[in-house]
Amino acid sequence: MTTRILAADATGSPTLNLSVFLVFVAITLYIVYRASSSNRTAADYYAAGSSFTGVQNGVALSGDFLSAASFLGISGLISVYGYDGFLYSIGWIVAWLLGLLLVGERLRNTGRFTIGDVMAYRTRQRPVRAAAATATLVISFFYMLAQMSGAGSLVALLLNISSKTGQAFAIVGVGVVMLLYVLMGGMKGTTWVQIIKAGLLLTCVTMITVFLIGKFGFSLSNLFSSAAQHSSLGDKVLAPGAEYGATDWTKLDFVSLALSLVLGICSLPHVLMRFYTVPDAKEARRSVVSATWVMVVFYLCTLAIGFGAMALVGPDVIKHAPGGQNSAAPLLAFRIGGPVLLGIVSAVAFATILAVVAGLTLAASASFAHDVYANVIKRGHSDPRQEVRVARLTAIVVGLLAIVGGIAANGQNVAFLVSLALALAASANLPTLLYSLFWKRFNTSGTLWSIYGGLTSCVILIIFSPTVSGSSTAMLTNVDFHWFPLGNPGIVSIPLSFLFGFLGTVLSRRPDDESVEKQPEMEVRSLTGIGSQAGV
Amino acid sequence: MTRTFESALAHERTVGDPSSPFGGGSTRSAYLKPDGEPDFAALQGSAEFKALRSRLRRFVFPMTAVFILWYMAYVLFAAYAHTFMSKKVFGEINVGLIFGLLQFVSTILITVLYVRYARNKIDPAVDEVRELAGVPKQ
Repeated sequence: MTTRILAADATGSPTLNLSVFLVFVAITLYIVYRASSSNRTAADYYAAGSSFTGVQNGVALSGDFLSAASFLGISGLISVYGYDGFLYSIGWIVAWLLGLLLVGERLRNTGRFTIGDVMAYRTRQRPVRAAAATATLVISFFYMLAQMSGAGSLVALLLNISSKTGQAFAIVGVGVVMLLYVLMGGMKGTTWVQIIKAGLLLTCVTMITVFLIGKFGFSLSNLFSSAAQHSSLGDKVLAPGAEYGATDWTKLDFVSLALSLVLGICSLPHVLMRFYTVPDAKEARRSVVSATWVMVVFYLCTLAIGFGAMALVGPDVIKHAPGGQNSAAPLLAFRIGGPVLLGIVSAVAFATILAVVAGLTLAASASFAHDVYANVIKRGHSDPRQEVRVARLTAIVVGLLAIVGGIAANGQNVAFLVSLALALAASANLPTLLYSLFWKRFNTSGTLWSIYGGLTSCVILIIFSPTVSGSSTAMLTNVDFHWFPLGNPGIVSIPLSFLFGFLGTVLSRRPDDESVEKQPEMEVRSLTGIGSQAGV
Repeated sequence: MTRTFESALAHERTVGDPSSPFGGGSTRSAYLKPDGEPDFAALQGSAEFKALRSRLRRFVFPMTAVFILWYMAYVLFAAYAHTFMSKKVFGEINVGLIFGLLQFVSTILITVLYVRYARNKIDPAVDEVRELAGVPKQ
């Protein structure tokens, strides 16, 4: 009974939460409006005229990754399962090395607006552009569902709205503001929103962490022992296995998830597209480095926040709060800073969802307008102004889909949807990008095989996994058609799509003319930037 | 500064004299097509580019293998070696936590190493190839 009361109290003041959030929206909308005055060309809309510095873009990159799933989700997982939540942080830190060493600089040199630019550089244009756009749209849509369904549970907690209709209205509100950012600000506006949000989020978590460490006498050991005392799992929360350690299948599932985490991030279209907002490869490198620093600080803080929430709020209160696990960070904020800090943390969490969904919408609309409309339908002879108009229209359609999908997915498991999107990205995009950047023989047929092969095998394995049917936590509980034992398909579908790309290439009779002709250009350009579009 | 100026000059020469792309005393023009565009096939075959490519690959491929193996080792321990990971080292700090924090450390280390390597070995090599093509340095 006391748990219930505490949880209800912890919402703080919905009016205060809402007003802090509205202030954030008002300020960012004004900045987006100011930034948008020079937003005319396709390069402005898709890539902010490549005018951001490496550090600015790095902060925005980390902003893309400090989504609701990683801020609320990871601190929540740690507060309930302890160490197992920390595993996510590690995967998401290590993942940036892939962007640093292999992808970032080469992508900036080779492409211009979308990942289709790189994948189709030395292949037949139309089929590969269509495939790249399909992958981008599918991945972005799943990722967006995760973010929007997170918005639902956040609303439940912060505004104390428990009815599904009330939450649906809030999701519509989030969708509309997000569309305003994208339509008015394009990439420039969206990037500024990410930078502001990442700054606020980092300040918040650092302050909370410093407070926590101080409270426990500057000893991590004290924090951990106090946390373990408050958990029914006891000392188990300090070591791996509390969530994933049950059977051999759950252990393998964990390995599969870890693989998707580390290979998925730098394959996400909206993350990759960020590399085009800087003038050259050196700045792209600087972006990854700054993003890595921000993420290191952030994830070390989530470790403290998660265990801090376990110690000060307690796993039982967190589990029973509206919004469940996701409410750990806001509840801790309330516990240590009262309604004001809760209001700030909540506003930042909301802002996070807004900004990430805006980035996703932008990536999806760019891919449709630039790859499908300009290159598949108009065969590369479109009027750039018309192309941007198509991109804006697509953004509206994608925004509406996100709102509808978000309402439908409200209440679904956020982490599941995110890991699904990461597995899809790692399967469809990563092999294709790496092969086309580094393997001379790779050609049109190989590209199509690895994109469609990776995408299809991943989707099929998900459909027949226990996350869709046949387990107590499945999406469909009244039927059971699963035969694939793992919740995350990464460990099978990622190697499979590397294999598809390889087979598709070596089994095709000869390298196609485009590939032979353009290979030197692509290789020289990807390593040196000769011929790539510099910033304006 | 002077090198940039020279390469700009080389660029101008070829553009100005399209009739003799391979002659005229300027070896740089060998890497430009008659229309002044970079000749990518020739650039790809140049010793400078090959040096750049092998320098880059020599670093990034092994490093990628190292960080993926090191990360997978950690993941496998976390999944299958619970007793080892929960062994306490000092206070409440156990092997698992140290192993996890070491992943942060190795990520920072590889990032710093790569940035240094890129600045000292890759960027100068990129500039050499860009100079061949008469493109200003980045």
